[in-house]
Amino acid sequence: MVDSAHLSLHVPEPAVRPGGQPDFSNVKIAKAGSVPRPEVDVASEDIRDLAYSIIRVLNRDGEAVGPWAGSLSDEELLTGLRNMMKLRAFDARMLMAQRQGKTSFYMQHLGEEAVSCAFRKALNKGDMNFPTYRQAGLLIADDYPMVEMMNQIYSNESDPLHGRQLPIMYSSKEHGFFTISGNLATQYVQAVGWAMASAIKNDSRIAAAWIGDGSTAESDFHSALVFASTYKAPVILNIVNNQWAISTFQGIARGGSGTFAARGLGFGIPALRVDGNDYLAVHAVARWAAERARRNLGPTLIEHVTYRVGAHSTSDDPSAYRPKTESEAWPLGDPVLRLKKHLIVKGVWSEERHVQAEAEIMDEVIEAQRQAEAHGTLHAGGRPSVRDIFEGVYAEMPAHIRRQRQKAGY
Amino acid sequence: MARMTMIEAVRSAMDVSMAKDDNVVVFGEDVGYFGGVFRCTQGLQAKYGRTRCFDTPISESGIVGTAIGMAAYGLKPCVEIQFADYMYPAYDQLTQEAARIRYRSNGDFTCPIVVRMPTGGGIFGGQTHSQSPEALFTHVCGLKVIVPSNPYDAKGLLIAAIEDPDPVMYLEPKRLYNGPFDGHHERPVTPWSKHDLGEVPDGHYTIPIGKAEVRREGSAVTVIAYGTMVHVALAAAEDAGIDAEVIDLRSLLPLDLDTIVKSVTKTGRCVVVHEATLTSGFGAEVVSLVQEHCFYHLEAPVVRVAGWDTPYPHAQEWDYFPGPGRVGRALAEVMEA
Repeated sequence: MVDSAHLSLHVPEPAVRPGGQPDFSNVKIAKAGSVPRPEVDVASEDIRDLAYSIIRVLNRDGEAVGPWAGSLSDEELLTGLRNMMKLRAFDARMLMAQRQGKTSFYMQHLGEEAVSCAFRKALNKGDMNFPTYRQAGLLIADDYPMVEMMNQIYSNESDPLHGRQLPIMYSSKEHGFFTISGNLATQYVQAVGWAMASAIKNDSRIAAAWIGDGSTAESDFHSALVFASTYKAPVILNIVNNQWAISTFQGIARGGSGTFAARGLGFGIPALRVDGNDYLAVHAVARWAAERARRNLGPTLIEHVTYRVGAHSTSDDPSAYRPKTESEAWPLGDPVLRLKKHLIVKGVWSEERHVQAEAEIMDEVIEAQRQAEAHGTLHAGGRPSVRDIFEGVYAEMPAHIRRQRQKAGY
Repeated sequence: MARMTMIEAVRSAMDVSMAKDDNVVVFGEDVGYFGGVFRCTQGLQAKYGRTRCFDTPISESGIVGTAIGMAAYGLKPCVEIQFADYMYPAYDQLTQEAARIRYRSNGDFTCPIVVRMPTGGGIFGGQTHSQSPEALFTHVCGLKVIVPSNPYDAKGLLIAAIEDPDPVMYLEPKRLYNGPFDGHHERPVTPWSKHDLGEVPDGHYTIPIGKAEVRREGSAVTVIAYGTMVHVALAAAEDAGIDAEVIDLRSLLPLDLDTIVKSVTKTGRCVVVHEATLTSGFGAEVVSLVQEHCFYHLEAPVVRVAGWDTPYPHAQEWDYFPGPGRVGRALAEVMEA
């Protein structure tokens, strides 16, 4: 008979807390260019290593190296840099607008710009994203008008969603951006359904699902994987691992072993980890997965390894739970600076042009903000009509809502 | 025109809809090759192929979540939750997603799905195969909620639900699948083949969502019921010899307030009957509307007859299920007041 020990519960803790020395020694980082690029029709069991490694293209010297390099032209890279800079400038202005009381809430993308901006460029017109709240780069990179985004953030009279949604919860069918929900992970399985529908109709369009590392604990994440795996749906299942779920470090959702990507392996879904701060790597991996989906080879799971430099939202204070210097210690660097360096190394960009571009982009963002604010902000100027409260619950307004609208005086 | 059970009528509605529109797809647990545990989807896979009628993993949230995605694409999914009791894992998808997608996207995306589920007790299903969760859905703006009481309505309402541009919860009272059970458990169920409402057109027809039907005209008291309780109410009125008017709501959301008000204004008395638990049940909403709109016509307090505020028991289900005796006592109570 075995002596029964006194059991104790293991509760994971991050390596450091505020005041401590940032420590990313546990993040194993493969050398740029060292991870192989398999054929898109590879069997998932033959690339299990890719769920544990990190695909990287840009090395420390700013060179694009290895088998995942070469998928983008200079012009495409310059566009990518511009889109990331635009998203960063947009964030800065909207963060300030929230601080000025022009809206209730904002969520910035600082440090994660490459993930959504690069991914969008691997999709075609007509493909559909089912995003979560930190993928505005999908819209920016698809040239969705910033003024419209700001109108939504301000809930003003020109808000395309008529003031019904929290700021940043955009929706654009035309730009392949499904309406955002605050309930986490619900969109993950919806994306699989959209992809299944495309396959049922023998269409050529594919879907992309988005989730954060923390939300992978939701049951809908697992529902999505089982449906995607069962029906071999043409969907790309993205996990943005930015290390933090508000104040909870990623070890709580994941536990102390494995990776988020490895969760795809049990479902027979090819799973890859990519350096989420490497624009070239994100794009190359997204394109690989998109080609798989379009060739009817089924789903791919991608873990984008990145770091949330900013706060979770304007309602969050990260200094309460992590060292202030942690973002600087993040070993995968800054996505904008890395792509900038690469383009300078290639001789198609310079420090001077970068400074000039920053100024131009900020002017563009400020001009968009001026136009949006002419339509009002949350607490000043033009507002959506109270009548809009009652519209659009159903295709046709039922009698009970009509009675309530009339009672409200509209 | 043929005599059909409610099961056959439900199946016929899906058949007609799938034949008419390639975008209609049917899926859920065991609904494909086997045809569903109640056989509502029997033959649909053989007729329309495996990509239009198929089995799913046991994941209700997955079923409804994928249906939402398909609807966003442009399909019209009609999915089955094997028992209404199993819809809770999908509740988030129904209430926060399906119900709100049109509103929150200002119509940019819509969600024309139908979620079918066998509901209610009376088949010795115990706590986990007997629930009536309709009130959980009627509290959710953006959903529509239907409970048919006979094969004719079941088919017409289901076709209307599939063609509806918004999400519809379609609750099938399983005690009525084969015949109009009247609440007397010692009496055999009358098969639909011997009932007028078992006569169902073979082809396409719809019954508008949001319209109630007066099943029995009367002038002394209005009994408001839906699903299985329509037949219980009819039996109670017959047994008690009371000139009761029986309204079959058919659609709980949107609700046909006009028919309710017209009847109660005429009779001055009202009994509301449902099988679901009493407290915060759908009857509370109906009673509230009746007092708001008919107060000066009422001659007695409105009375509710419902399931007890307990989980649904297995062995004592006949004492749980409101029968004609309980409804009859309520009728006597409001008539004496």
